[in-house]
Amino acid sequence: MSTFVINRLLQAFLVLLVMSVLVFVGIYLVGDPISMLVSPEATDLERDAVRESFGLDRPIFVQYVTFLGSALQGDFGRSFLTGEPALQLILERMPATVELVGFAMFFSVVIGVPLGIIAGLRPEATYSKVIMTGSIFGFSLPTFWVGMVLIMLFAVQLGILPTSGRGETVQVGAIELSILTLDGLRHLILPALTLGLTKASLIIRVTRAATREIQAMDYIKFARAKGLSSSRILRVHLLKNVLIPIITVAGLEFGQALAFAVVTETVFSWPGMGKLLIDSILTLDRPVVVAYVLIMVLFLVLLNLVIDLLYMVIDPSSREKVRD
Amino acid sequence: MNFTRSHLFASTAALLLACTTLSAEDLVIGTKSEPSSLDPQFHVLSPNMQVSLAIFEPLVRQSAQGAVEPLLADSWELASPTEWDSHLKEGVTFSDGTPLTAQDVVFSLDRVAKVPNSPTPFTLFTRQIAGVEALDDRTVRITTKQPYPNLTVDLVNLPIMSKAAASGKAPEGRTTTELNRGEGLIGTGPFTFSSWQKGADLILEANSSYWGEAPDWDRVIMRPMTNPATRSAALLAGDIDMMEDVPTGSVTQIEGDPNVKIVSGPPARVIFIALDQERDDSPGISGTNGENPLKIKEVREALFRAIDREGIASRVMGGAAVPAGSLGTPKMFGTSAEHEVPAPADPERAAQLLEEAGYGDGFSITLGSPSGRYVNDARVSQTVAAMWSRIGVQTAVDAAAPPVFFKNRDQRAYSAYLASWGNNTGEIGTTLGAQLATYDKEASQGSANAGRYSNPELDALLIEASKTMDDDARAKLLERADALAMSDFAILPIHFEVPSWGLREDLEYEARADQFTLPQHVTRSE
Repeated sequence: MSTFVINRLLQAFLVLLVMSVLVFVGIYLVGDPISMLVSPEATDLERDAVRESFGLDRPIFVQYVTFLGSALQGDFGRSFLTGEPALQLILERMPATVELVGFAMFFSVVIGVPLGIIAGLRPEATYSKVIMTGSIFGFSLPTFWVGMVLIMLFAVQLGILPTSGRGETVQVGAIELSILTLDGLRHLILPALTLGLTKASLIIRVTRAATREIQAMDYIKFARAKGLSSSRILRVHLLKNVLIPIITVAGLEFGQALAFAVVTETVFSWPGMGKLLIDSILTLDRPVVVAYVLIMVLFLVLLNLVIDLLYMVIDPSSREKVRD
Repeated sequence: MNFTRSHLFASTAALLLACTTLSAEDLVIGTKSEPSSLDPQFHVLSPNMQVSLAIFEPLVRQSAQGAVEPLLADSWELASPTEWDSHLKEGVTFSDGTPLTAQDVVFSLDRVAKVPNSPTPFTLFTRQIAGVEALDDRTVRITTKQPYPNLTVDLVNLPIMSKAAASGKAPEGRTTTELNRGEGLIGTGPFTFSSWQKGADLILEANSSYWGEAPDWDRVIMRPMTNPATRSAALLAGDIDMMEDVPTGSVTQIEGDPNVKIVSGPPARVIFIALDQERDDSPGISGTNGENPLKIKEVREALFRAIDREGIASRVMGGAAVPAGSLGTPKMFGTSAEHEVPAPADPERAAQLLEEAGYGDGFSITLGSPSGRYVNDARVSQTVAAMWSRIGVQTAVDAAAPPVFFKNRDQRAYSAYLASWGNNTGEIGTTLGAQLATYDKEASQGSANAGRYSNPELDALLIEASKTMDDDARAKLLERADALAMSDFAILPIHFEVPSWGLREDLEYEARADQFTLPQHVTRSE
């Protein structure tokens, strides 16, 4: 078990190293941060002075080694654009995104799992077909469009929900949360719905497929033959086994959404990390982009580890495999 | 039950409270992007400047039309051609109650060069300043390196900080990080700093001890909304009172809604096409036997005349542009009168000019263009390409994301590229100096001249103008320079972007040439 975890962490370290090289070189190839940051009115001499002060005049290899040296000590450098430490900028924005994505995932699981099971139990029923057709819309409509339509409907036409921003927040420790105020919740509904819609559709489909597969299993037939009530079969035998693929998908989707909720955040002016990432890429603010990608890789690796550990809790047979 | 009821009561009370704090005295502005810092001397960037001009004030300010007006300095006179004595206005205090003195001005102008890690230091505006001294409490002497007529225009961008509040251990006094937290952010302006959540609301409060006329607002909330469609939706929904930059697609919707309106400003930023006139073997040009046809004046004129500027302004830009015949707007100091309005499109004459230049069969060229930097930039480029192709110059558009575009431009990978220039001095001299003066890195001339146009006569006129203190004489020199460059088709102006703001029907805002959104100038109509 512990060998398993240590192996995973070693792999993570290698992935981080490779990613840092890729992002570093990638941004270098895209363009020169100086031409994005420095006012066009600056002369070439003034430009060179800024380039030197950011260390961009040195060969890319030297820049990378310097970066790696400080990164190993936890210093990802300062944002070119704001002069603030890159890590701090990201951590400041993180609570807003976690809150949005958490709420969206909660929504998608609460909607998706029951609907998926219903559609899986009676695949031929009309309501199942309605659910499945609806889910196709759910993941094929672009997030950007869904967001704008929701804004137009609920904010502009009906005027019952706000269009953008986080609303009133409450300070909990060092973190600002909007989920704890009525105003904050009202601001959260539309973006969470937009983000959660695609996720819910996916979960519906995964749940349905798993339900159909498990329903044909011998232990379900046996339970039924034994005369167990269908609600008990559903709760104890079916749900528990359906959970495994759902946890996998929901976990991956959570990580994915956390790292790249960019579109939803942009449409709703949600002050999260995604907006920071896209702005930083556009201005070639390399320290922020590199720090962001590394944090997300680390996070996704850890998330996968947690998912694997969860399997072991739910599915005894996977415990056996790890022991070998 | 009791709990539920009290809980319900509490949330209702909270809701009511939320309604009362959002009283009519609040102004919520949806901005294009947020400032990169609150330090008024960290980064020369519009979002930063407009916030610092609400909290701080410079010695002189620019009117909406671009004219320089007194602000903290009542008057100024020249003690010698290089010594400017400014007299501070009586009775001005900082928001913490301390009076403004000449020492604050000296401190602020000295601090500019000391701010570290700046992506564009404010030394841009102190280049010509050799020294600043306080002659007495109310008089500041600024010495320039050479006679320099544009000093007041530079001073517009240098807000005055409180020496007492902004002093600190670091060489620059209060550091940028401290100022971002609001520490030492004390100015003489109409608003004071209240709070800033990065990526979200920046809140300013009215300065209760403001020396001038109090603004109409108790509180101003500046909310960054990068997506233009979101800004429009928020304005239509009444979530915000004012928005920057109305996108072309929302104009009809906003105009059709009785609760909101659009104000648009004087033409500002110029969009142009620059042409490589240096290299023989210019990239992207083919069908010319290795020659660079852009070096021939007739070819440049043909390309100029092929462009239907009216059509681009009305159809591609949705009316949010004015056709340009010069790099300077018609009202700008030094714009040549004969080039205020561009000659109308004339494809026949253009084809004839190509014939005369020996390119009757045309040639092929690639037009470099940013995509997403300026309003509808890639679409404008495609339209120009179609117009050029019509006269026989087969044009392909290479549109790239801004970082890639600028990299290519700086590496001179384009023979022709569409770009833009914002002039904030109100004088055409700086635009011509950057875009068309002969490129010379050491002399800091032609710093944006990637087409490498070079004309010694133009260089001489510009240098002479930059040292001429007499306004009339300088205007004449600049007009001659502008006429010279435009008659030579050194660069092809397309149009001026017209900045616009969307706002609530009962609000007034005079659209500004510098495109700043200054909350103190937003008023409620009676």
